[in-house]
Amino acid sequence: MWWPRADRAMPRNERRQVCWREPLSNRGRLLPKDGTTLTEELSPRNDNTLATRTLGTCRKTAYIQATSSEKNMAARNPYEVLGVKKEATADDIRKAYRALAKKHHPDLNPGNKQAEALFKEISAAYDLLSDADKRARFDRGEIDEAGNEKPRAYAYQDFAEGAPGAKYRTSQENMSPEDLDDLFSFFGRGGFGQGSGGGRAGGGEGATIRMRGGDRQYALTVDFLDAVNGAKQRLELAPGKSLDVTIPAGVRDGQVLRLSGQGGPGLGGAPAGDALIEIRIAPHAWFRREGDDIHLDLPVTLGEAVLGGRVTVPTPTGAVTMTVPPHSNTGTVLRLRDKGVAGKGDELVTLKVVLPSEGDAELDTFLKDWAAKHPYDPRKGIRT
Amino acid sequence: MIALEALLRQVRGLDAAELDQWIEARWVRPDRVASGYVFHEIDVARVHLIVELRHELLVDADAMPVILNLLDQVYALRNRLKSVAAAIEALPPETQVLIRERLSG
Repeated sequence: MWWPRADRAMPRNERRQVCWREPLSNRGRLLPKDGTTLTEELSPRNDNTLATRTLGTCRKTAYIQATSSEKNMAARNPYEVLGVKKEATADDIRKAYRALAKKHHPDLNPGNKQAEALFKEISAAYDLLSDADKRARFDRGEIDEAGNEKPRAYAYQDFAEGAPGAKYRTSQENMSPEDLDDLFSFFGRGGFGQGSGGGRAGGGEGATIRMRGGDRQYALTVDFLDAVNGAKQRLELAPGKSLDVTIPAGVRDGQVLRLSGQGGPGLGGAPAGDALIEIRIAPHAWFRREGDDIHLDLPVTLGEAVLGGRVTVPTPTGAVTMTVPPHSNTGTVLRLRDKGVAGKGDELVTLKVVLPSEGDAELDTFLKDWAAKHPYDPRKGIRT
Repeated sequence: MIALEALLRQVRGLDAAELDQWIEARWVRPDRVASGYVFHEIDVARVHLIVELRHELLVDADAMPVILNLLDQVYALRNRLKSVAAAIEALPPETQVLIRERLSG
């Protein structure tokens, strides 16, 4: 099915192109001849108009075919949407739904707004007719067909086309980025060098095009500690083609590393493009990072908090011993100098007093006695 | 980004063994870090898509790689086409007209 439509990605000033509209009833006929001047302005598409952009004169002729499912666009009755009779069995309905859903699933028709709208309609119709109770109520006219439409979120295509989609594009077994570049450089050469009439665009016949290769974008997730300390990590560019990436110590989340010459090949002996690798840092179980400082919540015993003592503290470069001063409360922050990111920041240790996991009779007895003699009010500041 | 447990909680009708198979078959490609798998937004969306294809539309497991492969190719091409379109839009208007004439001729 060839389906002309206005490209919404076009900039606003380009949208007021001359276009041509054709009522649905004319589908299946030929569009006007080449050279016909078309003057009608593009208006928002609705169900019975078709719009095609031209540059003022009609340059393209094509057959437009209406299929039965497109005619259904205007129909709102769920039986018509699924193309089943009123007396259809549950099995018929399920079969009809699956056949239509497979055809119009939005992720199988990326960018096709009509398929998406149609699929929503199909899903809503199926939701209604597959539920015997709802179907009976609809048949009795108690509920309308639109009352049960539930919105669906189709997120995959939003990601797949953009930068995050790279991971599923680049490891395709039968289509590597190189193939794509070949395809497009072929288009480029065809457009530039071909035929005598095309000389204007080519800058002269037989001109050799030298063009630097395109940059390629990748994403690489690194472990928290590798990001702090630096590491080497393998990045799969394409099947059988990987690259050892040096992660510099202290790399930030979202930082882009540029590997020169690892992108798309150049044209006509020009240098290759670069690989641009966006770094994503996986969270750590207990370390947090703020700028160049590392934050850690450190559990201490009641005894360590009251009496002080030496405790072992993990840092990104290994465990160190730290002195907890006597009478350190929960929330006390102790600073380990130069134990932050790449030796630049500090590690800030926030103490958290933890009671023994099981009750202790001796402690209870002691506290009963002690609390009575030494009352204090830690909630003074928050009393209303 | 979320971990495996969070993903299993988030996606209705998905069990761990099934997801393992999908990862094994490389239908879904989460990042592997020391603490386990990390799923980015796109991976989560892809899991949703596979769940729909397998559970609701009853697409056969043998047919899935074919579908996903073709789908990935479509998105790769669309991504490249978008960059070609963006490159054309950055050209002088005269050149754009020439390109359009070429394409429609």
